[in-house]
Amino acid sequence: MLIRRPADILPSEITPREVYLNRRQWMTAAAGLALAAGLPGSLGAAPLPAAKSPLSATDEKLTSREDITTYNNFYEFGTDKASPAAKAHTLRTSPWTVKVDGLVAKPADYALEDLLKPVTLEERIYRMRCVEGWSMVIPWVGFPLADLIRRVEPLGSAKYVAFETAYRPDEMPGTDTFFPVLDWPYVEGLRMDEAMHPLTILAVGLYGETLPNQNGAPIRLVVPWKYGFKGIKSIVRISFVEKQPETSWNKQAPDEYGFYANVNPSVDHPRWSQATERRIGEGGLFAKRRPTLLFNGYADQVAQLYAGMDLKKFY
Amino acid sequence: MAGRTTVHGAKRGFAVPQIPKIAVYIVGFVPAVWLFYEGVNDRLGADPMRYLEQALGLWALRFLIASLAVTPLRQVLNINLLRYRRALGLLAFYYAALHLLTYLVLDQGLDAAAIWADIVKRPYITIGMATFVILIPLALTSNNAAIKRLGGQAWARLHRLVYLAAIGAVLHYLLVVKSWPPEPLVYTAIVVALLGYRLVRSVGRRASPKRRPA
Repeated sequence: MLIRRPADILPSEITPREVYLNRRQWMTAAAGLALAAGLPGSLGAAPLPAAKSPLSATDEKLTSREDITTYNNFYEFGTDKASPAAKAHTLRTSPWTVKVDGLVAKPADYALEDLLKPVTLEERIYRMRCVEGWSMVIPWVGFPLADLIRRVEPLGSAKYVAFETAYRPDEMPGTDTFFPVLDWPYVEGLRMDEAMHPLTILAVGLYGETLPNQNGAPIRLVVPWKYGFKGIKSIVRISFVEKQPETSWNKQAPDEYGFYANVNPSVDHPRWSQATERRIGEGGLFAKRRPTLLFNGYADQVAQLYAGMDLKKFY
Repeated sequence: MAGRTTVHGAKRGFAVPQIPKIAVYIVGFVPAVWLFYEGVNDRLGADPMRYLEQALGLWALRFLIASLAVTPLRQVLNINLLRYRRALGLLAFYYAALHLLTYLVLDQGLDAAAIWADIVKRPYITIGMATFVILIPLALTSNNAAIKRLGGQAWARLHRLVYLAAIGAVLHYLLVVKSWPPEPLVYTAIVVALLGYRLVRSVGRRASPKRRPA
């Protein structure tokens, strides 16, 4: 498969050598995290050493950690933006297992630690555009999804990657409502070339520390050129499949949320415009809207993935 | 605002302490003052504009519901709050106006083209605007002089538009959210109950007019 990148750099080349050699330090940190996460409450923000990445958006002001961790859509913990920060501490993130199955040479139930052992963590500063019309700039810590995909060796027949969030009503009060807001568990998917794209990462941290539960701990997807709901949180299953997988919001409202969900200012949500966005933390009550960019500003890197496709049809 | 305005002195209800109407306005504006104060001091969370906009809209709906609850409270539970109904209805209008103003100025930055596109293309904005337009004549005639000028019957007929405004308000709310979260469904259920009560009662009255005491 041909995947074009802005520059053909191996992670080992862009990572400072001392950090690269310091993976063991991360493993110690992970062990500390595992301990801390076992405790009630979310005391478990452990530092994560991460290398800088040339794929980061460095010219924009970071959204504050406070805003990133208190303004969340994670409907498993309620539909209010403040609910996940208040309620997600009940999610037990350790031990954590990710099932890898489907059309793949090495299917297995991987312990999170084993998934992370061979990877080099990078800091990726990405814009995040929510389908609701707001955006943030978030310093994620993670690694390319492509690294994991190569390791588990998908078969040639695998055309898509499907993801699934944990579904634990006991730990997720938002899934235990009279009217289910979504058809649980939350599922998402990517085309194989999207999944292999160097911008697509699995994030395990932000602001240099392990992910808070409300942001999708312990491991979540980040696809910066797509609307935020594609970034499935607290992943327990990654499946390699032949047919385009179902995705939660598409099932909920197929005419409003497509499989692709690429950020596009000229393709409106049926009920609201996507032409502009409000950057969280920028100017408070009197902040001005800013124009939304095609592919959330990542068009140079990803537009060729959709060459010849009618983006109004494949929204 | 609508409904039968005749007060039956014969009915003895719960003793509602008589507080001055001005107190209802003062208490009613507390949320607005608090929201602006917190907003200006950047204490409305990560997305203060959206928080303010939504909170003002929600208070408009709450006061609208409160004004619609006056008649059933009197008829079913014998609690008479009729003397506060005008204040509740006007508070609903003032909050709707603040909600709209927040949308126009803070949300859209008075961008006329974007606002017009919203009104034409977005059903939830169209419905929200229409709902506000409906409330204008009701607010303008919420005074004794207007009742006298229009005559009680015509005034009451006009103020039945509040039912339409209530339907518009919950539709506006339901259309702006993703999926079916509980809050707008709860408000919708309350409005359906308050309007359904009136419908059932008016149908029942028409079906058996003789049963009603004169």
